[in-house]
Amino acid sequence: MMLNVQNLHVYYGAIHALKGLNFHLEQGEIVTLIGANGAGKSTTLNALSGLLAAREGKLEFEGEDITRTPAQDIVRRGVIQVPEGRKIFATLTVMENLEVGAYLHPDKAQIEKDIESVFKRFPRLKERRNQLGGTLSGGEQQMLAIARGLMSHPKLLLLDEPSMGLAPILVEQIFEIIRDINDQGTSILLVEQNAQMALSIADRAYVLETGQVVLEGDAQEILHNPMVMEAYLGGH
Amino acid sequence: MSVSSTTANRPSLYDLIIKRGWLGKGLLIVVGLLALWKIVVSLLANPTLFLQQVINGLQLGFVYALIALGYTMVYGIVRLINFAHGDVFMVGAFVSFYGIARFQLHNWLSNLAPNLPPILTQAVGTLSVMAVAMAICALLAFTIERIAYKPLRNAPRISALITAIGVSFFLEYFGALKFVFTPNFITYKRPFEITTWFVNTKGIGQLIQGDTIPEGSVIFSNIFIIIVIASVALLMALNYIVQKTRVGKAMRAVAYDKQTARLMGINTDWIISFTFMIGAALAGAAGMLYAVAFPQVFFWMGIIPGLKAFVAAVLGGIGSIPGAVIGALIMGQAEVLSAAYISTPMRDAIAFSILIIVLLIRPTGIFGEPSREKA
Repeated sequence: MMLNVQNLHVYYGAIHALKGLNFHLEQGEIVTLIGANGAGKSTTLNALSGLLAAREGKLEFEGEDITRTPAQDIVRRGVIQVPEGRKIFATLTVMENLEVGAYLHPDKAQIEKDIESVFKRFPRLKERRNQLGGTLSGGEQQMLAIARGLMSHPKLLLLDEPSMGLAPILVEQIFEIIRDINDQGTSILLVEQNAQMALSIADRAYVLETGQVVLEGDAQEILHNPMVMEAYLGGH
Repeated sequence: MSVSSTTANRPSLYDLIIKRGWLGKGLLIVVGLLALWKIVVSLLANPTLFLQQVINGLQLGFVYALIALGYTMVYGIVRLINFAHGDVFMVGAFVSFYGIARFQLHNWLSNLAPNLPPILTQAVGTLSVMAVAMAICALLAFTIERIAYKPLRNAPRISALITAIGVSFFLEYFGALKFVFTPNFITYKRPFEITTWFVNTKGIGQLIQGDTIPEGSVIFSNIFIIIVIASVALLMALNYIVQKTRVGKAMRAVAYDKQTARLMGINTDWIISFTFMIGAALAGAAGMLYAVAFPQVFFWMGIIPGLKAFVAAVLGGIGSIPGAVIGALIMGQAEVLSAAYISTPMRDAIAFSILIIVLLIRPTGIFGEPSREKA
């Protein structure tokens, strides 16, 4: 098991955001967490990345306990989050955003090689490499956010709402890229409001409601589960 | 439309003066015109004297720039006005004083290799003293940040601000203790002899002590040259660090968005400490240069230069590195020119009037962007 989350409890002050979350992810899988706003999806990713502390429970990555590991050491282990809303460094150029993405890999030659390879995947970014991140369009920013995440050689990529605010054609493109990254061996934990899209590329899925898993299973099964259809897929 | 509604829509005097910034704009126009008139009249009356003042102002401005950078960088990364920064500058001056007067640090190379040309040994000696002052100030800032500011990282901003003022008083009165620095004014011993040159239309020459200054010449000393060269070199080094190096890019990333910077694997606490240390090292260098130019050190010497550098940072746009330098050069000129042409005691009043005017009409300063509130 690559990632194992057991009985995770997270609080924001007095608010009990995650109430004993359990899920796992196998090497090479795409697993998606779906659920409504406030179900605790982003909270889960931030707890995994070490930005939020778990009050109770255990996080294991590749068999090692990372519950109390500081954020930078979690990144060093290869758990990389591409945050919700892209969070591009607007005052840094595209190149500098990528270089900051490679912060823990200071080998210059390696960085250049990695930048070449992300430019191959995202030719748009190459055209805009000397522009400030803040001047990119939404789709380009999402590509940059993913590219920046790839710069630190993720073993497990945590994607938070990669389709948010993008035109349908761009959403298709982003999901194709996600599948492609997964094909090349990176495991993916995908958080999405666009459940239909997420379930179509995922292997397995967990449905979250108010900080707990209410349903889990094979992505196709969940996609055709009448209850999920009703609640998250707008019915049919 | 009725008559009463027109009266109701007419802006009140308060709106005109305060909200639309008439007070500030009016002040700016009056002060600006007065200053311009003064400058033109003085320039025409005695161009050499004017040029002399500009040189003096440049020297002061560069020292302010080195201090102002610490304010602006720390503000940029943690949104804190570090009021203890001026006292770090004072510590830099004292450390260099003890390095020279007690430990003869500036003579180490000439003692080791007496045959080397004195200009080389003096330059190396002076730079060594400066390096020690910078290193100790950086260490001090690291300690201050860890003990006083880091525990308040998530507290309301006003708590950290009040703490900064507390740290400032602590440094001053701790420094005033007999076994730390001294409560007295002491004369600074320069690590080199002053040499003065004069320049006029006929050429350049060295001024020998006791000579009268030839008519119509501008004088400058090696202190001026050292301050300008040292400041420009430090500014270039800083620019290189911030723009080109890995840690500099991380600093800019942390300044923009701490959470996301942590997702890149950046240890934000260390980057914040590093920013404090760089700012303090520059203040340490400034403390030494200031003491070399105005050779007297005392425990509250950091207050006024610190406040003026703060005004310079606000004038340039707090958070902006080029802004701090430009703001400081303007402050240097404003101070020296007002001392020369208006009156010496007025120079501080004028420096702080600049702060009031900036805050009234353009609180973001010359290079500042409108503040961006983040959740």
